[in-house]
Amino acid sequence: MSAQQRAVQEPATPGPPARFHIVTGKGGTGKTTVAASLALALAGEGRRTLLVEVEGRQGIAQLFEAEPLPYEERKIAVAPGGGEVYALAIDPELALLDYLDMFYKLGRAGRALKKIGAIDFATTIAPGLRDVLLTGKACEAVRRKDKAGWRSYDAVVMDAPPTGRITRFLNVNDEVAGLARFGPIYNQAQAVMRVLKSSETAVHLVTLLEEMPVQETVDGVAELRAAGLPVGAAVINMLRPVVLDDVAVASAGDGNRRAAIARALSQAGLGGARRGGHAERLVDPLLEQAREHAERVVLERQERAEIAALGLPTYELELLGDGVDVGGLYRLAESLRKQGFAREEAR
Amino acid sequence: MSWEAPVLEVDPLLDDPKTRIIVCCGSGGVGKTTTAAALGVRAAERGRRTVVLTIDPARRLAQSMGLTHLDNTPRKVAGIDESAGGGLHAMMLDMKRTFDEIVEQHADPARAQAILDNPFYQSLSAGFAGTQEYMAMEKLGQLRARDEWDLIIVDTPPSRSALDFLDAPKRLGSFLDGKFIKMLMAPAKAGGRAGMMFLNVGMSMMTGALSKVVGAHLLQDVQTFVAAMDTMFGGFRTRADATYRLLQAPGTAFLVVAAPERDALREASYFVERLAAEDMPLAGLVLNRVHGSGAAGLTAERALAAAEALEELAEANGGAEAADPPVEGKDDGESPTPVPIQVIDDSENLPHRSIVDRDSGKPDSEPPAESLAVGLLRLHAERMQVVARERRTRDRFASVHPEVPVAEVAALPGDVHDLDGLRVVGERLAEGQPTAA
Repeated sequence: MSAQQRAVQEPATPGPPARFHIVTGKGGTGKTTVAASLALALAGEGRRTLLVEVEGRQGIAQLFEAEPLPYEERKIAVAPGGGEVYALAIDPELALLDYLDMFYKLGRAGRALKKIGAIDFATTIAPGLRDVLLTGKACEAVRRKDKAGWRSYDAVVMDAPPTGRITRFLNVNDEVAGLARFGPIYNQAQAVMRVLKSSETAVHLVTLLEEMPVQETVDGVAELRAAGLPVGAAVINMLRPVVLDDVAVASAGDGNRRAAIARALSQAGLGGARRGGHAERLVDPLLEQAREHAERVVLERQERAEIAALGLPTYELELLGDGVDVGGLYRLAESLRKQGFAREEAR
Repeated sequence: MSWEAPVLEVDPLLDDPKTRIIVCCGSGGVGKTTTAAALGVRAAERGRRTVVLTIDPARRLAQSMGLTHLDNTPRKVAGIDESAGGGLHAMMLDMKRTFDEIVEQHADPARAQAILDNPFYQSLSAGFAGTQEYMAMEKLGQLRARDEWDLIIVDTPPSRSALDFLDAPKRLGSFLDGKFIKMLMAPAKAGGRAGMMFLNVGMSMMTGALSKVVGAHLLQDVQTFVAAMDTMFGGFRTRADATYRLLQAPGTAFLVVAAPERDALREASYFVERLAAEDMPLAGLVLNRVHGSGAAGLTAERALAAAEALEELAEANGGAEAADPPVEGKDDGESPTPVPIQVIDDSENLPHRSIVDRDSGKPDSEPPAESLAVGLLRLHAERMQVVARERRTRDRFASVHPEVPVAEVAALPGDVHDLDGLRVVGERLAEGQPTAA
């Protein structure tokens, strides 16, 4: 980690700990993986976290190699040191029925509403309502206490919609403002908004060191800030090792060096170094790969600078060669913990 | 065993005058928009009058086609070689604008204004999950109806799931035909009919419950909106159905876009099955960002072993006299001078080993050839591991869907943001096989 940790900045103000972690990022950047690792990382030392997903993709279940999640909080993993990770796939329809039940005791009428398609209407068509329900359910879990007055969860981590939609998704107030200027939906939106804008909440952005995801991250941070939503950390995901940089590769290009490289390859038992020899024929394709690699290294350096300019605490996660499995999640969680995520962002 | 999928021939598809619509679909972050744009450029330069409909493209990609803002009309793309008789237009979808235009076209001015001013409409047209998908369909229908282009290439919205795009018309239909809408409209329509009495009691209970939850004024907004839209609903439904049938017609080709990664291909698989279930014509799979190697004969294992051998040699020599190269490689000239190589060893795929400090350009040192060779070999091993992993993922897809033709697009080191970049992607698409990188 040493080379990477230098890039990590200390958070600006160690305010009260965030307990609601919202993880967003451009499609394909590994939001779900990062959210899951974070839930694991935060579950250390006997703590309990809840990992929620809101887009009905069952990404969490796939990641943990579990059965599809029902609309029910269930234990999905045990963290080192005895912590527990619970998971919940929030279904907007069921969340609405839940909500009706909880606040209006509308059990039967709720079912009747479902029958005539009102629930369907409310959750898929009525704008904003769906988002209020999704964020509202998560906020409820953040706030929930058991009978003895203990928090049900030490932290809640949400695998949220992608960066392009996150501000609108979280800014439920604006969304329902045109619709509900008072009344129960308005009140619910207000309550949700209070949690989201408080220091209990942090929105983390996952990115790769590639142009488009970084651009989206920069735009996303600006949008979140403009909406007064608390931006947490930047997480650079799927980081690949730097084996040769541009300087090294440039030096490898000229004729003399090529011969020397061919000899070195030959020494390593890869055939003849003479022109046309097996080792000699390897030099060109290997150098070509190195040039591509170097080009990427240069690009990554620029992108890293753009992320650094955001002034956010930044964490870096390695690319897991063979794709993410459960073991990989634990490794990523450990890496986040070592970089101080659980400490700085949540404690 | 490697499963050879049939190759997707992109050029014949683009050149066939019977191909009128190409829909690019797939999960987010797989290069869908880039693929659509590259196909557009290629088709235009091969002589087709083409329009690309994109939804929310990355800024620089949009700029590469001269699109600087959403204006919901196809704009001519400059810099296209039109010598073959084709041309390229591109547009970005503005869903609110599209929705507004429909309202303006299909309602008299007073009614249109009432709808546009309705708060419920305003949120619906800008926000609801599904508006974008539906409006993309609507726009596609409009573009097709104008008949100004031989070929329309559509980039689908970055939906939460691949299915939303196909579901949009149906969802709208079931909403509009739903009991709920009928119920909302009932107070206006059913007033006074004795036969409706019983139903009305039930409904007022329902609306009572609803107002309690959503608030009476919201319900009223919705009712007003529904009443105002009433005359247009039929039109929506009809056009949505027409577009849906258009997608099933022989002139349409769906391309599922994916990257050779597990999640993206799982989504692609899902999509292929879904298209089949809906009788939508699938042309094939575009697999972006596929890696290859010009030295594919050298396996990852051998490359790593060779790198380790070199390191050991360097260590054994400890900066002293160089060992003789093996017989085969014996040649004239100075023998290499091994220098201790600072490679943090680990044979696995762990990150952060590095033989160069990326922050310092170290002007004093040209790295010794041996350490360069070690770096090259490690890079190659890594590349070969990527190649192997991608092949496994791809083969898994191909064995489940052996009938789906595949075009593989070799990975580019950087992002695409100009027409030349799009041309390169287009060429690679047409080659269908990753060139040795």
